[in-house]
Amino acid sequence: MTAAEQAERAVAEIIGTFTSGAHRGVVVDSPPGAGKSTLVVRTSTELARQGEQICVVAQTNSQVDDLIIRMATAADDLRIGRLSAGDYRPSDEVSRFPFVRVASKIDDLASCKIIVGTAAKWVYVTDGQWPWAIIDEAYQMRSDMLLRIASRFERMLFVGDPGQLDPFSTVEESHRWAGLAWDPMQSAVAVLLRNNPDLPQLRLPLSWRLPPSAAPVVAKAFYPFTGFEAATAPQTRGMKATAAGLGVGPVDDVIDIAAETGWGFYEMPARNTIRTDAEAVQATVAIATRVLQRGTETYCEHAPGGRRIEPGRIAVGAAHRDQVTALRQALEASGGSGIRVDTANRLQGAEFDVTVMLHPLSGRIDATAFHLESGRLCVLTSRHRHACIVVGRAGIPDLLDTHPSVEPIYLDAMTKFPDGWEANQAMLAHLAGHRVAAF
Amino acid sequence: MSTLTALARVQAAHHGAAQQICTVRHLHVHDRPLVLVPLTLAGETNAPLAAMVGDRHGNPQVLVVPRPRLREQRFVFVERLANIVLSYVDGFTDDVETLPAKRKDDEPRQRFTDAPQVWVPNPGGVEYLRLMGRMTRFRQTTGDYAVAAGVPQLGKWATWLAEQAEYPDSSVLVAATQALTGFWATGQSSLEDGNLAALMGWIAPPAGMTAEQAAATAEDPILCPPAGPATDPQFDRLVLAPALRDLEEAPSDAVRVRVQERLTLALREQMQPTWDRVWQAIGLLGAQQPGGSVEQRWAADRDRFSDFVAYLRDTGHPQAKRDSAVLGARKLHDMERRLANFEAQRAFDDPLVMGEQRMTGEAFTGIVTWSDPLRTVTLSRRVLRPGIVVETEDPLRLVAGDADLRDPQRPNQKASILRLSESAGKISVSLELQGGTGSGLTAPPGSVPAVGERVTYSRLQVSYMSPGQFPARDQTPWTHGGPPQPYAPATSDAAEDWS
Amino acid sequence: MENTEQRLSRLRGGGDPEAHNARTIAAMTRNPGCVRRAIMDAAGVDKPAVAAAVGHPTSIGRLSDFAVSRGISFETRVKSEGCAELLRLLREQLGLPVPQAHYEDLGSTGKGETVSGRYLRSKAMLDTAEQGTGTLFDHPLLRLSISGVWAYLEPDLVAFQLGEKFYVIEIKSFPVIDGVADASKVAASVTQSAVYVLALQSLLSEAGRDPGLVSHEVILVCPKDFSNQATATLVDVRKPLAALRRQLSRMDNIAALLHLLPANVTFDPELPAMELAQALTQASARYSPECLAACEMGSFCRAEAKGSTAILGRTVREDLGGVDAVSTALELATGRLQPTKDLLQAAHVLRLAQRMRTEALAR
Repeated sequence: MTAAEQAERAVAEIIGTFTSGAHRGVVVDSPPGAGKSTLVVRTSTELARQGEQICVVAQTNSQVDDLIIRMATAADDLRIGRLSAGDYRPSDEVSRFPFVRVASKIDDLASCKIIVGTAAKWVYVTDGQWPWAIIDEAYQMRSDMLLRIASRFERMLFVGDPGQLDPFSTVEESHRWAGLAWDPMQSAVAVLLRNNPDLPQLRLPLSWRLPPSAAPVVAKAFYPFTGFEAATAPQTRGMKATAAGLGVGPVDDVIDIAAETGWGFYEMPARNTIRTDAEAVQATVAIATRVLQRGTETYCEHAPGGRRIEPGRIAVGAAHRDQVTALRQALEASGGSGIRVDTANRLQGAEFDVTVMLHPLSGRIDATAFHLESGRLCVLTSRHRHACIVVGRAGIPDLLDTHPSVEPIYLDAMTKFPDGWEANQAMLAHLAGHRVAAF
Repeated sequence: MSTLTALARVQAAHHGAAQQICTVRHLHVHDRPLVLVPLTLAGETNAPLAAMVGDRHGNPQVLVVPRPRLREQRFVFVERLANIVLSYVDGFTDDVETLPAKRKDDEPRQRFTDAPQVWVPNPGGVEYLRLMGRMTRFRQTTGDYAVAAGVPQLGKWATWLAEQAEYPDSSVLVAATQALTGFWATGQSSLEDGNLAALMGWIAPPAGMTAEQAAATAEDPILCPPAGPATDPQFDRLVLAPALRDLEEAPSDAVRVRVQERLTLALREQMQPTWDRVWQAIGLLGAQQPGGSVEQRWAADRDRFSDFVAYLRDTGHPQAKRDSAVLGARKLHDMERRLANFEAQRAFDDPLVMGEQRMTGEAFTGIVTWSDPLRTVTLSRRVLRPGIVVETEDPLRLVAGDADLRDPQRPNQKASILRLSESAGKISVSLELQGGTGSGLTAPPGSVPAVGERVTYSRLQVSYMSPGQFPARDQTPWTHGGPPQPYAPATSDAAEDWS
Repeated sequence: MENTEQRLSRLRGGGDPEAHNARTIAAMTRNPGCVRRAIMDAAGVDKPAVAAAVGHPTSIGRLSDFAVSRGISFETRVKSEGCAELLRLLREQLGLPVPQAHYEDLGSTGKGETVSGRYLRSKAMLDTAEQGTGTLFDHPLLRLSISGVWAYLEPDLVAFQLGEKFYVIEIKSFPVIDGVADASKVAASVTQSAVYVLALQSLLSEAGRDPGLVSHEVILVCPKDFSNQATATLVDVRKPLAALRRQLSRMDNIAALLHLLPANVTFDPELPAMELAQALTQASARYSPECLAACEMGSFCRAEAKGSTAILGRTVREDLGGVDAVSTALELATGRLQPTKDLLQAAHVLRLAQRMRTEALAR
């Protein structure tokens, strides 16, 4: 069976299970780049073509726009409605499709076969019930949000990536609800499954994004129980710099290693630094811009003959907002405009050819739960189609080894696996084999 | 924690004295607070042993449970505590003020002009009240296990107070250590700050002692009894255990009375230093200038107090043991919004708190070097959009295009960054302003910052707190376990064993 | 040539090593980066005696007599009549299919029986336990290798075999109120249970059986609400178990750490105070305020760390950009000290912070 057939079988099974109507909820786990959006578009357009009306709930406005563009491109015969806040102005890309209707009241979208909106907007639909809904990025959604919209829909398909970051709350230190089956701080899927353990849980088995060099590494570190595989064969993906490096610098070396193996770890001398470590920021930016300068080309199933990496296909990522701003400023100063720079949180769901990531533990004395969260590292190391380069100071393994184990344990709380510590260790062990020491 | 607070700790360690981390106090300090210093018996769950309680420093009431394992004696203690707490709380339900309705069609609403404020030494005291609330609020005043009316009533109030303490913007239940560390940084760690005596040692060391000596003394339980609710194990062994045994074995009432006096005295000695320190803390904090929004937050506390009094007069069911799905979601919603507003208010009231925003580059302070109050732009029509340029030395991390910035002096005016330019270590920020300038094409005098004025822009804002849309309790969806059972008094709760 | 065991023995001043128990082993995970602690624990040094000898007597782990007697009476109650109460909980609360249970008291020591003899008896009983029926093993004797030396663990708990699985049961006297217990007490207890899980796994391995037979869930039995009634909860111990394994494997490499110490150094509590304190400083400590509640040496190490930013707390030093002395931080902040290259950025941030504070407090 080819990868495409294998994926098709999984999608068909998911759609079949959901549309059988036998279950009020179906959960689909989708590892990075496994075709989650494709599944959402397929499911909604298939149902719509059978004359059903289907609602789609996404978490952010850009996710909604993205889905609408994909749906409109896939099915120009269907009326699509975008449920939006009053002050929403459709982006140019969305306005290209005349059959997409934008309205702030659900009643104005009654004629639409597919209605897409953010969860925050669906909250304001306080009446009525729709037979079918897809909850996209359901692991990013907090359970209190699901509580507010669940009654609007008869059957729901929950789609998301369990390895990514857990939803966030500004009152994280409150443990008032720990252990409750409906803990509002947990993800929608965690609460759904705690209350309804018998719901079918399916998964997409192949990553179309991660290359064969990355899929097993990411799967082992972050998806130890379910795993997944790369959909592409090793020879399908490749990357090379058309201009040779000067042959002396560690920046060129790490790019060469990454081009060859899919991974690079640019290790700087050990030092305790402030969060916006200027040297690490400079190094990260230097690597990202150097990839462009060297006219790096990638070839893959979409471009077997190769194509040059554009700035928009490179991402630079970090854990903290201030790091991102520092990276952005440094990148602008060195002519790297067009390269996407963001926190792990905001890079969720995005895909690039090459990523350059500032390691969350670089330069630190101690790790905190924030820095150890497995989802953070997972997002940072699973955005790429070709290569991921990690920048960090030496001493991270030591930092992990000396990390005290003092986490409180709440009875009946939903524990997330894998443990951030273990995941970090696994990833570092892998990166150690792709290390270039900076001097 | 932030670099500013970290530096304050360094300064405190170096100078041997606590350092302010706020320029104003953000906590409401009542002029007639109720102080409660509780002690519990080790090994049992929240078993009351003694308490010192009252609303005047010089006149504490000392409650002692002479035989803490006897259930009846615990109830006697709870009844006496209830009398004191309830009469204090009731004292605030006489004077009401009438306020205009929140929404157009509503009746004008009423709220009490003041509300109670209870102080305990530390978070352990808050937990004590929470557990006390849990132990007593389900008790019933009729039937086989009848208790005095004050007992469940105390339970509901203790529960309410402890719950308010989970919100950082509430001042109705205050743990002294937290109130103090909110204002001062010491030269020790936050863990050691949990010891009220050590903390006070850094803020106001006893005469003749350095802060470090005072903090060291505070760690010796003999010189300095712990602030509770747990007692010192040595005290238990050397004083408490023999006294309790003597009480058990007392051959006559006369002996029993004598032992009881001895026990009361010993327990009083354990509580007195803490009692004094809590009052000292109240005095020290009360002497600080309050922040500009303290009164507004206290008014919100009074609103919630008034609502709870009304609730008790209405159905007055005891609060649930754990939050239902809907209640939990609602509370989380409230908590997050109240926290965001509290953080914004604190920063607006206090340049040191705003300093934390400036340190991270999320805010900046500078001097206006150019101002055009008459600047207009043409959108669908010509509209007033004054422009200013602010010069700052702050490590700005905002970028061109960032919008919805506000200066605390003009909360209704939004600013967006048009351009940034840097020269000689200073950044010039060109801002476009919108709002707060009336409806015409000329801005009223003072509505636009003038050249030479010092301004601070940040992303923080105080926003209207919407109650949010939530399903009714009986509409709890299947995803969250479906509707919970409605409350019905259970005999098993009323009969609950206190071991 | 002195071997590791001999060196460790000399370190503690000869004599028997302090016996480890689940609590002391669990505590080792609290600060794995501390060399001083790792060496002292590995050598079985009498830490309370050492701390007292150098003028920092400790009260760690000291409980009120009331708490102790309550703990004992609760445990007795749960285990009375062949653990009748416990079995009821397993059936009713955890839904474990316990038809009827055998009860094996492995607690008593036979006449003339040595510790290792008792361990072998426990091992034989656990190994040959009849499968298919539930068996409760009270006070089995287990052992765990700590840096190459056997530590015998005499858990006052029950190892429970059900079908193919062994469960560790931990009886504690802190309450579970409406399903909620103090999270740090739970963490401390189940880390101790994890020690037993590990020891039980190693026992099974030795007996040639699959260590995977030991469940990674332990059964925590606590008083319910405010009463003396018991309640049981399953707790996943995979995380503490992993932390424990990591630390024990570090301790297995104790020889590498010992090389850091001058050969003549010992931590003999009988040494003169000055000499002993001097010896202690030869093994580097990694002090943080959390040590005060977790290690008998905490108070000594705090005094030693005076003047360092470590005493202000873990996050403080991080916020100061890694500057490790209070005076350096202050001098960098006020500009009295020119930063070296590696402190350039930290100095910049500190000067900014100093400016903000001065500016705000002056107004």
